[in-house]
Amino acid sequence: MNKYLTLLILSFGMVFVGACGDSRMHSQGVYMLVDTSGTYAGEMKKASKIINYLLATLNPGDSLAVAKVETRSFTEKDIIAKVTFDKRPSQATSQKRTFKSRIETFAEGVKGSAYTDITGGLIQGAEYLNETKAGIKTIVVFSDMQEELGKGTIRDFPITLDGIRVVALNVTKLGTDNADPRLYLDRLTHWEAKVRKAGATEWVVVNDLENNLDSILNAR
Amino acid sequence: MTTWNSWLFWPNHVALSVFVLVVLAMLFLYAARKPMHGVIHSVCALVSQSMRFISRWLFLAAENVRVRNQSVLLAHGQESAAAIIDREFERMGDIIRKDLQEFPAVQRKMMEEATRIEDDYRKCGEVPPPPPEWVSALKSVAQIKSGGDIPRKLLEDINKSIQKIHDQTIVEFRRSYEERHKILKAMQPSWRSVEKMIGEMDKKMLTLQTNVKQIDGYMGTFEGIRAKDNKTEHALTVSGFVQLAISSLVLVIALGGAFINYKLIALPMSEMVGASDYITDNMKTSDVAALVIILMEASMGLFLLESLRVTQLFPRIASMEDRMRRRLTVASLVFLIILAAIESSLALMRDMLVADKASLMRDLASAAPVASDGLLTSIPMIGQMIMGFVLPFALAFVAIPFENVVHSLRTVIGVCLVQGMLGLGVGLRFAGLLFKRLANVLQLTYDVTIVVPLMIERWVIGIHAGSTGEMGNMEEKEFSKPRRAA
Repeated sequence: MNKYLTLLILSFGMVFVGACGDSRMHSQGVYMLVDTSGTYAGEMKKASKIINYLLATLNPGDSLAVAKVETRSFTEKDIIAKVTFDKRPSQATSQKRTFKSRIETFAEGVKGSAYTDITGGLIQGAEYLNETKAGIKTIVVFSDMQEELGKGTIRDFPITLDGIRVVALNVTKLGTDNADPRLYLDRLTHWEAKVRKAGATEWVVVNDLENNLDSILNAR
Repeated sequence: MTTWNSWLFWPNHVALSVFVLVVLAMLFLYAARKPMHGVIHSVCALVSQSMRFISRWLFLAAENVRVRNQSVLLAHGQESAAAIIDREFERMGDIIRKDLQEFPAVQRKMMEEATRIEDDYRKCGEVPPPPPEWVSALKSVAQIKSGGDIPRKLLEDINKSIQKIHDQTIVEFRRSYEERHKILKAMQPSWRSVEKMIGEMDKKMLTLQTNVKQIDGYMGTFEGIRAKDNKTEHALTVSGFVQLAISSLVLVIALGGAFINYKLIALPMSEMVGASDYITDNMKTSDVAALVIILMEASMGLFLLESLRVTQLFPRIASMEDRMRRRLTVASLVFLIILAAIESSLALMRDMLVADKASLMRDLASAAPVASDGLLTSIPMIGQMIMGFVLPFALAFVAIPFENVVHSLRTVIGVCLVQGMLGLGVGLRFAGLLFKRLANVLQLTYDVTIVVPLMIERWVIGIHAGSTGEMGNMEEKEFSKPRRAA
């Protein structure tokens, strides 16, 4: 009987020791950049749907941040909402509701910016994701990937995106792309080369938002 | 090609080279004939004897294991039979104590009833009517010789008296019969009561007789076990296989129940220990915690049944002092109830979490909330709660088939082990026999390759011997060895 009791105590011990195990390796961190420049600001409705999808898919313990891409995006001020979901499912659900309402408030009053600093947003995103120490890190770029930097904004230096997946969402074709599709293809190739050179683990382009949303997050 | 050429003495004359090579090989093989025969025989004998040795060891070990199995099986059978007989005696004792302790009272009652019936019977004895006195009076009147009115008058008076007495007697007689009928009628309940008592006694005796017959049967088995009867041993072995099959089936069903139980509490456990904690790469802490809860329920069930002496997996509990054992029973039951209550509340929490998540999903999809029918939507929740409370108790009974599996598995594994060892022993013995024969086959095959030198040898020996008879003897000697061996 003593042996049996010892086994039971050991099982309990296992559970409690296990409870202190490293959970970050299994958690996901997602940083979503939403392009609000020019005409793309009108795509905010679609962005809200993507955010809702992320909220529905992410689990307790995961992190999510949504930031806007502006003239200069390497700043915390551009982060609209960020959260690391509680380990308890009930609390996580409550946090998701709050997050959703914040995004809705932002979407109602979104204003277009003059320039599009995607690189700055990527650097900011990488910084945020590295801080979360999530096991799987993903930067989602909801943009046409047409970077336009303002005067004095310097982004022509190597960036670091080690261990981060980069997903380009809803990369719309511009008027000039229609005239010469090579521009569009070159733009995508340029970004792929840039993020891969920065150390990104994966580069994914998702334009079919109806059927291909599963590609945004890595299956665990 | 280069290798082949290197073996040729004269590469330009292949046939000649090959011939010389073959002759040389034959010479070598002829020279090495006796040592080679020795090697072949030694190796084959070594392998054959080793196999025989291992086979013999396996047979002996199998016999030892069989004897050990037999003693364990019989001891277990004896224990079970003794427990059954003990229980039957207890049951019979109960019957005797409960029913037959009333026997003296019943007997006394029956005696009283019998005495009453006897008295009544005596009372009912027919009382003859009083002798008619008027007959002697009539005789006296008839003897009066003088005629006249006197005798006639007397006779008339007598007739009147007789009529009167007759009427009185008849009334008396009827009254007496009526009384006797009343007595007989009063006897009826007594008869019935006696009949009922006898019926009841008969029924009780019948139950007792059935129990005695059962005990007789068990005693027969017990005697068989004591006498180490083969038939009983075989019956016990078969029973072990059957028990294992049945218990395994029940355990599989119980595992199904445990899986449902696990599904019921795995999600809400994440609310307690966190949903994002992992013990290993694929094992969530909440899942393990749910599993531990279920295992604890099964353990508490095991302790409960053990302390109630339903199962006997832990001799220490079985031999525990009664007061201590009762305490253990109460403690196990209390723990089990607490765990069942926890599980029930977890089931409720699961429902709430699922509902909350569904609501969030609707919000995220901007869908309208589903109109809910209060009673209908709460049925699954109530069902889950009831299941959460009941399943731990159902799971507690797993201890019974588990004990059966533990006991019968020993028998089954023992039997399989013995059969496996015997099979392997037979196989090795057969292989040893093959190797023994293989030595002669290999020796003859070897001799075939050097048949030419052997023929020359025989021819030379023949010339030297100078007589055909001796040569024949030599030949006979030469070939008789392998033939004998074969």
